[in-house]
Amino acid sequence: MEIIYILWLRQIKRYYRSKARIIGSLGQPLLFMIAFGFGFGPIYQKAGGGNYLQFLVPGVIAMSILFSAVFSGLEIIWDRQFGFLKEMLVAPVPRLKIMFGRCLGGATVAVLQGVIVFLLSLLVGFRVDNWLLMPAALGFMFLIALVFTLFGTGIASSMKDVQGFQLIINFLVMPLFFLSGAFFPLTGLPSALKAVMLVNPLSYGVDALRNTLVGLHQLGLVRDFTILSVVVIIFLVVASYLFSKIEA
Amino acid sequence: MIIKVQDLVKKFGDFVAVDKISFEVPEGEILAFLGPNGAGKTTTIKMLTTVLSPTGGQITLNGFNPLTQKDKARQSFGIVFQDASVDEELTAYENMEVHAVLYNVPRTERKKLIQHLLEFVELWDRKNEFVKNFSGGMKRRLEIAKGLLHHPKILFLDEPTQGLDPQTRNHIWEYIRKINQEEKMTVFFTTHYIEEAEKIADRVVVVDHGKVVAVGTPEELISKAGVDNLEDAFIKLTGNTIREEQVDPNEQMMRRRFGGR
Repeated sequence: MEIIYILWLRQIKRYYRSKARIIGSLGQPLLFMIAFGFGFGPIYQKAGGGNYLQFLVPGVIAMSILFSAVFSGLEIIWDRQFGFLKEMLVAPVPRLKIMFGRCLGGATVAVLQGVIVFLLSLLVGFRVDNWLLMPAALGFMFLIALVFTLFGTGIASSMKDVQGFQLIINFLVMPLFFLSGAFFPLTGLPSALKAVMLVNPLSYGVDALRNTLVGLHQLGLVRDFTILSVVVIIFLVVASYLFSKIEA
Repeated sequence: MIIKVQDLVKKFGDFVAVDKISFEVPEGEILAFLGPNGAGKTTTIKMLTTVLSPTGGQITLNGFNPLTQKDKARQSFGIVFQDASVDEELTAYENMEVHAVLYNVPRTERKKLIQHLLEFVELWDRKNEFVKNFSGGMKRRLEIAKGLLHHPKILFLDEPTQGLDPQTRNHIWEYIRKINQEEKMTVFFTTHYIEEAEKIADRVVVVDHGKVVAVGTPEELISKAGVDNLEDAFIKLTGNTIREEQVDPNEQMMRRRFGGR
């Protein structure tokens, strides 16, 4: 247990010590909320969709969790570069514990990031529909965070260096984000696009946050929860396998 | 024999880095593993310490097979890597703490041991500073303190004193010799300072082109080569040509990114 705790703590310490990173990573979600929230608001309303900011904010929260979580996982590449990875690899403890501690830390950081964005959204004008569902929303944030920290960890474990980093961001993370329904509803989309969105785990995260925060839903909480949990388990197995295969 | 290596082979594609190396180390011995750049020293250490899996051959560490009994083998040794293995975003103390937890150092002894070792490498005053603000020598000292923290049965040191001043080098070797005697800790080290090997090592293994070219006490190697000191014996054994080191992709990138070390 202590092994998991100390590696969790390491991620948290690294997070709160890098103030620049925290502030830097808030710029994008804030921009999305202001520019899109207010920019598309009138059109969305005219089309009969209601308040666009209310629709958008859960998506933006999911987005910041996605980015933060994937980055936490990919940090293994930096650990490799700066040497700390070796320290973890030769330690006489099961690698599964090491990976799990790291991932829990990364996921916690991602949730914190999501909560900060949520608080910012309140300043911009976002209103929570039912505060009693807040614990459920936090639970879903954690599930999303865990899915994508494991995702990043799996990828980083099979990468030797940072050369492929841009590739991952542009061809994996960006599509995950844009094709998750964070910006637009799933209804009335071309069926191919809709199919893609339905295999994207983030879609279920966005849906769950929208459901718990503003009471809008398309897929249903039970389905969201089941799918996200199954994905966590699958990614956990795959990521721990890949992590156990790392060589220095 | 606390370390047994038989016909160890490591290939990277077509390149044979380690070519059927065999040697044994009795418990409590200080063994110097010498060789020119690219001779396969670091690759061998990486295989001995479970971070790289061999292409062929057998290793036994403290009675354990590092391939199938990884955790038991890992608990048996400590390692000071050739390059950094600390987290620069943490303080010196925090790095030691993480290491203590990872190596099951009992909670009650942790504080005392960490203080003892940090005092020994003269970093206790700076224990709360971030490692990223440390000089190269200070980082090296921290690495060594970390490698000794869990009182391993075997200590691997891959060029531990590289880049340190003679005072610190002496200090470190004295300490290593002391715990080697007091606790019968086996020490396996590589170095480019051949005079260190001559002074410290009970026995020397010289490797070149992935093969063992000589084994013996420093005196034996010197007299066999008919020279005055181990450095001359080493040059006689391995020749005068300067070696191109095979760079692993990781380091290659480091060099591109950060302009080398």
